[in-house]
Amino acid sequence: MRYFIALVFLIIGNQSLVYSQNKVSGKITGEKNEPLAGSHIHAGQNFTVSNPIGDFSIDLPSGRNRIVVSYVGYKTVDTLLNVDNDVVLNIRLKEDISALSEIVVKDKNVKTNATSDRKELKIAQLEKYSSGSLGDALKEISGVSSLKTGNTIVKPVINGLHSSRVLIINNNVRLEDQQWGLEHAPNLDINTAGKVSVIKGASGLQYGGDAIGGVVIIEPLPIPVKDTLYGKTILNGASNGRGGSISSSLFKGYQSGWNWNLQGTFKYLGDVEAPDYVLSNTGNREKNFSAGLGYKGETSGYSAFFSYYNATIGILRASHTGNIADLVNAINSGTPAVINDFTYAINAPKQEVQHYLGKLNYYHTFSDFGKLTLQYAFQLNNRLEYDIRRGDAKNKPSLDLSLSTHSMLVDLETSSSESSKYKFGISGVYQNNIADIDTGVRPLIPDYDKYEAGIYGIGTFALGENLELETGFRYDFSRIDATKFYLKSRWNERDYDADFSDIIIGDFGTQWKTNPVFTYHNLSGSIGTRYQINTNLKWFSNLSLASRSPNPSELFSDGLHHSTGQIELGDLRLEKEKAVKISTALAYSSGKFAFEVNPYLNLINDFTLLKPTGLEQSIRGAFPVWQYRQVNARVMGIDVNADYDFTRNLNYHSTFAYVYGEDRDSKQALIDMPPINWNNTIQFKKQNWNNLVLGLKSELVFTQKRYPDNDFMADVPVDGTFVPALVEISRPPKGYHQLHFSSEMSFATFEKSRITIGFNIQNIFNTNYRDYLNRTRYYVDDMGRNFTVQLKFNY
Amino acid sequence: MKTIKLLPLALIVLLSFNSCSSDDNSSQPVNEEEVITTVTVTLTPEGGGTPVVLTSRDLDGDGPNAPVITSTGNILALTTYNGTVSLLNELTNPADNISLEVQEEGDDHQFFFSATGGLSGTFAYADQDENGDPIGLAFKFTASANTQSGNLTVILRHEPNKAGANVASGDITNAGGETDVQVTFPVTVL
Repeated sequence: MRYFIALVFLIIGNQSLVYSQNKVSGKITGEKNEPLAGSHIHAGQNFTVSNPIGDFSIDLPSGRNRIVVSYVGYKTVDTLLNVDNDVVLNIRLKEDISALSEIVVKDKNVKTNATSDRKELKIAQLEKYSSGSLGDALKEISGVSSLKTGNTIVKPVINGLHSSRVLIINNNVRLEDQQWGLEHAPNLDINTAGKVSVIKGASGLQYGGDAIGGVVIIEPLPIPVKDTLYGKTILNGASNGRGGSISSSLFKGYQSGWNWNLQGTFKYLGDVEAPDYVLSNTGNREKNFSAGLGYKGETSGYSAFFSYYNATIGILRASHTGNIADLVNAINSGTPAVINDFTYAINAPKQEVQHYLGKLNYYHTFSDFGKLTLQYAFQLNNRLEYDIRRGDAKNKPSLDLSLSTHSMLVDLETSSSESSKYKFGISGVYQNNIADIDTGVRPLIPDYDKYEAGIYGIGTFALGENLELETGFRYDFSRIDATKFYLKSRWNERDYDADFSDIIIGDFGTQWKTNPVFTYHNLSGSIGTRYQINTNLKWFSNLSLASRSPNPSELFSDGLHHSTGQIELGDLRLEKEKAVKISTALAYSSGKFAFEVNPYLNLINDFTLLKPTGLEQSIRGAFPVWQYRQVNARVMGIDVNADYDFTRNLNYHSTFAYVYGEDRDSKQALIDMPPINWNNTIQFKKQNWNNLVLGLKSELVFTQKRYPDNDFMADVPVDGTFVPALVEISRPPKGYHQLHFSSEMSFATFEKSRITIGFNIQNIFNTNYRDYLNRTRYYVDDMGRNFTVQLKFNY
Repeated sequence: MKTIKLLPLALIVLLSFNSCSSDDNSSQPVNEEEVITTVTVTLTPEGGGTPVVLTSRDLDGDGPNAPVITSTGNILALTTYNGTVSLLNELTNPADNISLEVQEEGDDHQFFFSATGGLSGTFAYADQDENGDPIGLAFKFTASANTQSGNLTVILRHEPNKAGANVASGDITNAGGETDVQVTFPVTVL
């Protein structure tokens, strides 16, 4: 702030009265002489606030007085004034464009998204997960759990829903990375995030209308408009996996408005270990890089952003099964079939994923109209999945998908008065998927072109001192044009001839070539209110309507899934999924105590899920068949947060979440609903002791007692004969309790640089456990104790 | 300080950029390369005579159709047969002989045989991998005196634990690995 040059007009009136107290009065205005009501004028122990026409007056003692005048969004004036009389001081403040991203909290003004109860993770929380993943970090938020494949593939689950039902918005671009796959984690580096917010439910309409579960928004750190250069480097070491990561970032800002930043992450971990054995082939590697260049002018700005994500992820060797007998053996034996010595090597089965994102963004602020933003983004996702194969095919991927997505956005933010704000936008997307046929395996997802267009409008209105209303609607058009080969036997078994004989465009012996084209029109909307009951109590309520087109996996899958030993079949007849969600939250906060309770009810019609429908025989034996079916579902639950400061140094934090999922027609429980979880953390902080932080976290996960019974009988060879055996795939594992320890201290090293040292233990007691939402739970225990060390340099 | 600030730049240099494949697809379907469509067990009497050929053929692979099982004749009790197993992928033209791959990677494969449902007899391996462990592409089968019609089951495990207890003598219990073939042939005994 001291660099800022402000225009200060001092008109010192010449009065002859002598008082020890002098009256300084005047007017605070903006650059166009518009009065700035509520400016803060501060001098020594005295302060005052300007009135609605910008006038103020303050009593000051004679002599030199330091006066500071500030107003959010404007550069602060800090000046010395010799006072020996009553003085008139008129100050014109200059707009501070770097402060435009600050949120202005003014009771009568409206705030965007104020009615949806957003939950945020700040940079300090995110840095803890520097060597982990987005999914791990999001578990800090009550109501968010994770669907995992091993320890490295972590997908966020919001209020029991995941995959295509959770939108991931990275740097204002909707992530397109084959997100429908249960074993596909979001392809982004958590180290690029400056802030992560979660909107539970579909009220984030500007991002899409199909967020039946919710939206995760990842934003980078804003770079201030001033001459500055800063950065950080985080080094992580982990005992479990015997590796670590390094992430470094550098930010440069210029007073002229220009800025740039660079960031890179390198991660290298070997096999992780459960308490009793090595989880063979669970290592992972990441090489990520991002760069940004931007200009923030007074009325307009632009930015360019590029990021590259490259991950190689080992899939637990023991989770690869050949047929149902292997699965039964794995489930019944209780120990993994393959345990090798620890290694850093990653063999098949494994995934190699690369994700490129390039983005151009331009905005212009029209002083009497609003802010217009234009954005173009390109994403390319290449996914290679390697299976255990024979002969020459050993080094060839079994799946090779290239998904490219072009997206355009035009957003307009405007307001008609202080008490109403609007946001409008249109978007267009073109997406193309190519499944490489050189794999020698029929692809899970076919070649397709997809065209999407969306339009939305959101209005936010202040209806009174304490009540705010937000409402919006959205329309999305989507058209998918695919080229898919069907085995003729499958085509007949699905009975597609009756409805889809017209899409056959070629006969290739045992296979039909088809050209399925589907068009969907989706409407979505949201209405919510935020009511400030009193200074301590806020009440949010929201009703949202979301609608989601079936994804390519749900439409087109047909094949064997080796990790689950099941044949998964899509269905061309699927309808779009429609959801109505009612959610309300009551938030209390006083100085020491904060509490929030958030019950919700989500009614989802044509909820698409895999259901078992029988067995099919092949040369490899029998396989259970799971088909995508649609049911009418009810998902409801409650999220609770509490926070209490025992003393200034000692804090208690608790999160609790319960989800109840049910098929409304059959009254059966829904599969894969997160069990009750309750986390309690006690944290001790002492600033004087080099910012010492000590934390102890208890993670309690209950047994999921509600689950659909999908067990089935299969013949399993035992001692040379075939014996019918029950394949127990349904029963969730027992609940578990874990304790985690964390600690941190920071030291000033050079001028303006700090070093922070953290030491943590996850799963202190090396507890054996399996998690219902981990897809390797049939085969192995989850990860054991892990000591981690983190060094963070801020400079 | 300077050196610390250069760190991210150094990191970037470390990162390699791999070009991504974007090979455009022809309009051809994928012919599954590794699928075993056909398992043929040929049992030839040791003293000569007409072999019994048992075949299981599943031309739609993981598709809905069940394998079609055929047999060319009956077997005789107390007769020792020289058995061979042949694996084919008939989806490619010409058909791909997968037995050759199994032979080449013999240390990663092993067949297991069993006689059930009335059929009884003894199996013995008649081949070895490079470590001297059995593979099972060649075997001997002798039906016992009191045998009846029943089932002959052939299981091929990929990456089994060949060192497991009794695995080398043909007991599948401790073999582990993944099942590549599991076929049951009904056999008539005269």
